[in-house]
This record gives sequence, C-alpha cells and structure tokens, in this order.
Amino acid sequence: MTSAKPNTDYIVPASVILSMLVALYFVFIAVPNDSFQGPVQRIFYVHLSMWLPTFVAFGIVGVTSLLFLWKKDLRWDRIATASAELGLLFCTLGLATGCIWAKPIWNTWWTWDPRLTLTLVLWMIYAAYLLLRSLATDPSQGSVLAAILGVSGVVDLYLVNRAVYWWRGIHPAVVVTKEGDSGLTDPMMRITLILCMLAFFLLFLWLLRLRVHTAKLETDIDDLRHDVLAAA
Amino acid sequence: MIALIWKDLLVELRTGETIASLFLLGVLLLLVLSFAFDPTHPLREQSAPGVLWVAIIFAGTTAINRTLLRERENDCFSALLLAPIDRGSIFLAKVTVNFSLLIVAELFLLPLFIFFFNLPFASTLSRVALVLPLTTLGFAAIGTLFSAVALQTRAREIILPLLMLPLATPLFLAAVETTAALMGGAPVSSVAHWFRLTAAFDVIFLVVGWLAFEYAVVE
Repeated sequence: MTSAKPNTDYIVPASVILSMLVALYFVFIAVPNDSFQGPVQRIFYVHLSMWLPTFVAFGIVGVTSLLFLWKKDLRWDRIATASAELGLLFCTLGLATGCIWAKPIWNTWWTWDPRLTLTLVLWMIYAAYLLLRSLATDPSQGSVLAAILGVSGVVDLYLVNRAVYWWRGIHPAVVVTKEGDSGLTDPMMRITLILCMLAFFLLFLWLLRLRVHTAKLETDIDDLRHDVLAAA
Repeated sequence: MIALIWKDLLVELRTGETIASLFLLGVLLLLVLSFAFDPTHPLREQSAPGVLWVAIIFAGTTAINRTLLRERENDCFSALLLAPIDRGSIFLAKVTVNFSLLIVAELFLLPLFIFFFNLPFASTLSRVALVLPLTTLGFAAIGTLFSAVALQTRAREIILPLLMLPLATPLFLAAVETTAALMGGAPVSSVAHWFRLTAAFDVIFLVVGWLAFEYAVVE
C-alpha cells in the first residue's frame, strides 16, 4: 500500500504551470528582439534552459548509481533510471533547439564544436544506459549493470571533455563563436533567461517526482503480483 | 591469478583462434577502409591513422567479446567464480590476456598497414609503437569490464560497442591524434598531454574495473 498523497503535491505542478506561463510571456512578448539575430534568438532562452536539467540529471545518475552499488537499496536505482530518462529527454531537446537556432545563424545544422561533440558523446552514453536496462536478461541484475555504467559515465566525463577540446583545438573551427557571446546585454534578456531556466528546472523536478513515483508503483505491483501468484 | 593468465594464454597458444581471427578481421577492415579512403592519394597519410585505429577498434571489440564468452561454454564461468579468488583478480587476469592478444595481433597488423598505405617502414613502425601499449591497455581494461556487463544481456554482440565506445572517446581521440602527429614527424613532447590523458584513462578504468567487476559477474 502506498500512503495517500500529501497536499504539498500540488505546489510543484502549480508553480511549474505558473512559471511556464510567465516565461512564455517574457520570451514572446516582454523581451526585445536581438539587434543582430532578430526573432530567431528567442529560441535561445529555451535552448539554454535545457542544459541545467540535463547536467543535474546526469549528475544524479552518477551519485545514485554509486549509492545503489553501495547500499543495494532499490530506491536509488529508481531515481537513477528516472534521472537518466529525463536527462536524455532534456539533452535531446537541447540539441534539437540548438540545431534549429544554428541553421539560420551559423548557416549549418551542426558543427564539430567541442561543446557539441561532448554533448553528443553524453547523449550516446545515456542512450546506451537505458538500452542496457531494457536488454538485461534479469531486471535486478540490469540495475547493477546500469549502475556500473552510470558511475563510469561520470568518472569519464572530465576526460571526454579534455579530449574533445584538445581535438578541436588543433583543427581550425568551421565557425568560431562562443555561445556566451550572444550578447544578452539588455537586462530584460537576462531576466527572461533566468525565468526560463527556473521554469524548466521546476518542470524537471516535477517530472522526476512523477517518474520516481511511477517506478515505485511498478515495483509495488510486481511485488503484489508475485505475492498473489505465490499464494495461488 | 598467474594460473588464470597462463590458462587463457595456453588455450590461445594451442588454438591460435583469437589472434588469427583478430588479425584477419583487421586486414579485412584495412581493405574495406581503403575503398573509402583512397590509399594512393597524396593525402593518404592524413587518413591513415584513422583507418588503422578503426580497424583495431572493430577487430578488438569482437575479440574482447570472445574471451569471456569462451568461459560460458561448459559453464566454466561458474567454476571460475567458485574458485577461492578475488573477483578483482579475475578482472586483472582477463585484462592481461586481452592486452597480450591485442598487442600480438597489432604487431602482425602494423607491417601490413604500412605496406598497404605505402608508408616509410622504420619510422612509422617505431613511432606508432609508442602509442600502441598505453592505448591497448586502456582498451583492454574498459573492454573487459563491459564485456562482463554485456555478457548478461540479450544481444550482447551489439551492446558491447554501444556501451564501450562512447566512454572510450578520449582514448581513441588521443590514439588517432598522437599517431597522426607522430607520423607527421612531430616530437614526442608535443603530444605529451595526449599521453597523460591516455595514462589517466588507463588508471581510471583499471581501478573502476577492478572494483566494479565483482558486481558485474554476480550469478
């Protein structure tokens, strides 16, 4: 039996919806056009907002994987799965919005910029992580195997980062630009960015809670089914 | 642990199957990749390091899959786990075996690579030989760890490269970059940072593998 939902459960969804609406208002109406990039630049607020949940999620995967290997508590495993799924979701959205922005501004969908390369490698690691879970012959062993990959992924991150930066450092870049230089000079732009990041981070927290809760229910149902079959 | 290493090497010595198939697969890949990158082109030296490493990675991935799979036959793996020996030692033994097999196959492959790509023999051999051991060690370490992981999944041949190659990005970037720089005549000191990166990778995955192997092989 799961306990009844406490009333505080409505605070997170309500604040997500509210902050999303405010963020949308700011992105489409309140904030002025970028003087160089025009209206296209507005996607940037959404694009940048994807990275905070992505990296927080992958960080959570690393920490909870380690805790799971150590404590063998399935709770950590559920949080790790939920985080990996959401991290991959936000990472995909971040890459997609980045491509949409890059086409009109850089005149190419993709460049082998170190940051892009790093993100793509990350995306591959966590896609493999989820695949590993679904392909494991025994679900409980699958959690352990995935945890090993989760820990390895975080340990490896620094090396991947160094490698792609050196790799692109030697070759001439197709487009020399820094995302940070996109010129958020207007204070309104900074406010919009902060609101947007807040909205998407709250959305991430809400989805994470829902996903962990669903995973808990799945385990409970499995346990119940097991009990019923054992009694029959 | 010595006994474990000796056992695997003896099996290999008697049959030669892993090294032979590893070598032939490597040659095949060199051939196929030569179709993609014109090996008579004046700029061939730029694509050569990439071709060599792609051949080694793909042939090596297949071979590493084999070493643990072999233990599956006749349920040898259960006997190995029952033996009064630390799981970390099994890991280190398997890494040693994989490392030795890969190095031997690479030593056969390298002259053919130089021959096909019409490169200067002595200088290429001596320079590439600097890169091989450290990279192969890291490859053997991460490959052995994840082949144990892949062993317990469906579709294990497909999942090994999927798990291993993204994580091994720094290793192979370092290998290709160092090989290219050294073959181009750059001094060793100019690629010292890549060597340090590879060494760090080796240490990290030897330690992670040594600690995590225990969890990966629980029956």
